[in-house]
Amino acid sequence: MFYREAGDFKTSYQQDNQTFPIRFDRYRYYVVLAVAFGVVPFLINDYWANAILVPFLIYAIAAIGLNILTGYCGQVSLGTGGFMAVGAYACYKLMTAFPELSMFIHVILAGGVTALVGVLFGLPSLRIKGFYLAVATLAAQFFLVWLFNRVPWFYNYSASGQISAPERDVFGILVTGPNAPSWAVYLFCLIFVTFAGVLARNLTRGTMGRRWMAIRDMDIAAEIIGVNPLTAKLSAFAASSFFVGISGALFFSVYLGAVEVGEAFGIQKSFLVLFMVIIGGLGSIFGAFAGAAFLVVLPVALKLVGVDMLGWATDIVAHFQLVIVGALIVVFLILEPHGLAQLWRVAKEKLRLWPFPY
Amino acid sequence: MLDQAEGYTTADGRKIGGVVMEMKNITLRFGGVVAIKDISFDIREGEIRAIIGPNGAGKSSMLNVISGFYVPQEGEVWFHGSRRPPMRPYEVARQGIARTFQNIALFEGMSVLDNVMTGRLTHMKTGVFSQALWKGPAEKEENENREVAEKIIDFLEIQHIRKTPVSRLPYGLKKRVELARALAAQPKLLLLDEPMAGMNVEEKEDMSRFILDVNDEFGTTIALIEHDMGVVMDLSDRVVVMDYGKKIGDGSPDEVRNNQDVIDAYLGVAHD
Repeated sequence: MFYREAGDFKTSYQQDNQTFPIRFDRYRYYVVLAVAFGVVPFLINDYWANAILVPFLIYAIAAIGLNILTGYCGQVSLGTGGFMAVGAYACYKLMTAFPELSMFIHVILAGGVTALVGVLFGLPSLRIKGFYLAVATLAAQFFLVWLFNRVPWFYNYSASGQISAPERDVFGILVTGPNAPSWAVYLFCLIFVTFAGVLARNLTRGTMGRRWMAIRDMDIAAEIIGVNPLTAKLSAFAASSFFVGISGALFFSVYLGAVEVGEAFGIQKSFLVLFMVIIGGLGSIFGAFAGAAFLVVLPVALKLVGVDMLGWATDIVAHFQLVIVGALIVVFLILEPHGLAQLWRVAKEKLRLWPFPY
Repeated sequence: MLDQAEGYTTADGRKIGGVVMEMKNITLRFGGVVAIKDISFDIREGEIRAIIGPNGAGKSSMLNVISGFYVPQEGEVWFHGSRRPPMRPYEVARQGIARTFQNIALFEGMSVLDNVMTGRLTHMKTGVFSQALWKGPAEKEENENREVAEKIIDFLEIQHIRKTPVSRLPYGLKKRVELARALAAQPKLLLLDEPMAGMNVEEKEDMSRFILDVNDEFGTTIALIEHDMGVVMDLSDRVVVMDYGKKIGDGSPDEVRNNQDVIDAYLGVAHD
């Protein structure tokens, strides 16, 4: 009933181009933002922050990053875990080398470093496509993890070979280390997520996004209308890696606190983020959020149902989770290749006409 | 009738200007196959130039040479009075040459509007950072170019489908969207590779009208490949005829029609 374009006239291209063209959507978006910033921090506790909210926010950034590369530019990447590790280690090196700088700057710089590394590993994409590129990025994944394991400089020659985040504060409030309050960690991540979402949306709706999508849909035609495939692909790698790097930096510094690279940023992580993007919806920023939420909430929900309600053993539930995720991937690839975002779009389309569908 | 420097006046009174593009002794080989053999012709400002010939004559290869996909082994391409070095297709596009494809090459995952807007890419200069910020230069540029794109959309009468994903459109409309995308670049030279392939009579009439209108309204120079002889003879000012990679005729539709070599190529003669 409220979900209508009717009466909401657009009188300029600017209005026609906005992210949420329907008034109801616009208000919904502001409400979500207001609740996330103004209400949740007061209600949050350690369990909610650590089990659901913070990982959701961090994975959402990673999924946005991968979605730019795979969903918008059509370059399949299995190196997300490796790039997250780059972000984490860059953040660690920066935190220990320049302790006086703000955490915000560390995380953003870590994203920048990852963007450079991403461009480097994106170079093969100029020659190879599809599966072969996926294998090339897989090489990046293994190489980067190996590098961070083998070169002691990256972990400051610590005896354990791990990196652990020193305590850092933002405006006097701790955001890293075990003593950081969960609401501060949550807000810190939320700020990055909000900016990542807005930036990614801006990048994908304008010229850059069209270049990427042109390359994705038909690279020959893209070249004939004046897209330089070199800059288009590498800029996608750079933008994507920037977000993935930020997510890796946050994952290490504020979420885990201490990281062993093979465990935290292994190939598993690459696949997890890829699954988020596939289930959420390729080529959609909303899809990145939906996919991240889904795959973060799923294990928690399963544990709640399986272990707490039905009394099954923990390992059975853990295996169930793998089965369910695997089945879902297959189902989504066959039935709805555009993922949850497409379901959402269809629902909105229906809602626009409801209750008079004819 | 044809004055090298001055151009000429067409039968319907349009003034045709100087040479825009000149192909000089182009030879293109694929291994042992000679696709184009020592062909020279020119395209003049404001004219509709057709390239015709039987299947496998090398017409599409010729278009691909012009648009930079193929680099000829011999010969020179002159554009606006200077020799063009071998360049990549996107550099050719930036020089102001746009084209459509024989089999539609639209971006299926994008809306019609986005497809047309991709045609404006060569005119859009803002970098990654202003794009990411959006407010300011990026948005201004977007709106300015949107205005141009909307004019083209208006011109080709596809307003009603502007937000429709291209993958949902029927064939005839896709062809029109592809023309819109090429036109959005405001090209100096527009190449059309079989713009009427696979269309019914009405769609062909529509498309012919659009081609004439484009030429008339924007003064765009057009080079096209087409198999429908009726269309070619009606539309074009001058025609190049190719057969087996060689040029066998060049001139006004009437001259070409009465050229014995052309008649032979189309009707077939005993090769001895």
